[in-house]
Amino acid sequence: MNLPESLKYTKDHEWVRIEGNIATVGITEFAQGELGDIVFVEIETEDEDLDKEEVFGTIEAVKTVSDLYMPLSGKIIEVNENLESQPDLVNKEPYDGGWMVKIEIRDKSEIETLITAEQYKELIN
Amino acid sequence: MQKTPLYQKHIDSGAKIVPFGGFLMPLEYTGIRNEHMAVRNTAGLFDVSHMGEIWVKGKGAKDFLQRVTCNDVEKLHPGQAQYTCLLNSDAGIIDDLLIYCYDPEKYMLVVNASNINKDWDWLKQQERENLVMENASDKISLLAVQGPQAKKILQRLTDVDLSSIPYYSFITHSLAGVKEVIISNTGYTGAGGFEIYAYNENVVQIWDAIMEAGKPENILPAGLGARDTLRLEMGFCLHGNDIDESTTPLEAGLGWITKLEKISDFIGRESLIKQKNEGVSRHLRAFLMEEKGIPRKGYQITDLHDNVIGEVTSGSISPVLDNGIGLGYIQSGTVKIGDEIRILIRNRTIKARIVKPPFI
Repeated sequence: MNLPESLKYTKDHEWVRIEGNIATVGITEFAQGELGDIVFVEIETEDEDLDKEEVFGTIEAVKTVSDLYMPLSGKIIEVNENLESQPDLVNKEPYDGGWMVKIEIRDKSEIETLITAEQYKELIN
Repeated sequence: MQKTPLYQKHIDSGAKIVPFGGFLMPLEYTGIRNEHMAVRNTAGLFDVSHMGEIWVKGKGAKDFLQRVTCNDVEKLHPGQAQYTCLLNSDAGIIDDLLIYCYDPEKYMLVVNASNINKDWDWLKQQERENLVMENASDKISLLAVQGPQAKKILQRLTDVDLSSIPYYSFITHSLAGVKEVIISNTGYTGAGGFEIYAYNENVVQIWDAIMEAGKPENILPAGLGARDTLRLEMGFCLHGNDIDESTTPLEAGLGWITKLEKISDFIGRESLIKQKNEGVSRHLRAFLMEEKGIPRKGYQITDLHDNVIGEVTSGSISPVLDNGIGLGYIQSGTVKIGDEIRILIRNRTIKARIVKPPFI
């Protein structure tokens, strides 16, 4: 299971890459494997200011629909447009081409609530 | 939770296992899309041993089946299979099933896994004289080899000419070194192929032989996920989703297996005649999404003026069309084939159109 040490994680199976006050968000390799073939990623919240744990979009696999939750409070400043035509990027490159949104972090102290790769690994075991 | 004799094989093949109908079953091995396309283009092998088998034998067998099912058993000849329903007195669908006719005193009923006990209890309640019934569900396994190359692959394992078995017919013959296997030209995918009934102790041997024989065609093991998307592309009903005891065959578009005119009376007939005379209040319809979105069970269907006119009973993406497809009950008189409707997906109305199944 690939769980890059440089990333932060959430209990909702998302990964977060922090660069300055910008957080890039996607779902983990474990999550994409559990969901199976991703067929649709719907994110209609660009430019919206959302609180931590609010739903920012949904991800649909062949059999299931799952909500995507804000790992941190902030404004959605960018959505990965490639997922519209290639939702399977989430399966193929969960940590690269499969990223979903970029968030302008509202409160950097919330970063402490995210978990490490090691803690996430324990969670999924 | 029960396991089929192939459970360990599925685990070893890396299957994702899910509970279904009281069994731990493979949902997918290499991905639903991949398995779906293998069945459409070449061949796939399914373990559907969770399905139930009930023997109905004896002098009273035919009359009994005429009474408890809505299709006409008189038209079912030895060596043939028939799709039919068990109805309650309100014509609600207790289950949909296949009846295999060996001779007029020996039939095998193949029922849905989740309904085995319910069907068995119902059949016992209706039992008449000169009848021997046996629930053989725990002894018999079922494989489905489906796809355009299925016949070619299976032919390598038997000396009977598979081309001599017409659609919805079967023979009992040796296959892969196992004697007395039922080879049935039936399926739930619309891709062609066969269903194989064998005793539990022989099914692993048959599975391995089919996988080996299908190597040149790259046959893939396929799970319940692909089985569901394949049947939905054909517009086939799934009991528990599109049909159940609150729906009748006339509402579900199963009028073609509902023989109101058959000579003997059957349970549910009176209700069906009444419903036919008064007209049904809703119809199961097939629809294709015209905007991005995947319909799911329970989503509301509206007309163009936001009036709720129905509800989705099955929905998915069609791997062949790469487009959302679904089935749902819609109030009679509100739509016809070709009309535009809306599906309510997460508080947004998404455009769809009523089509005539199959979708592909």
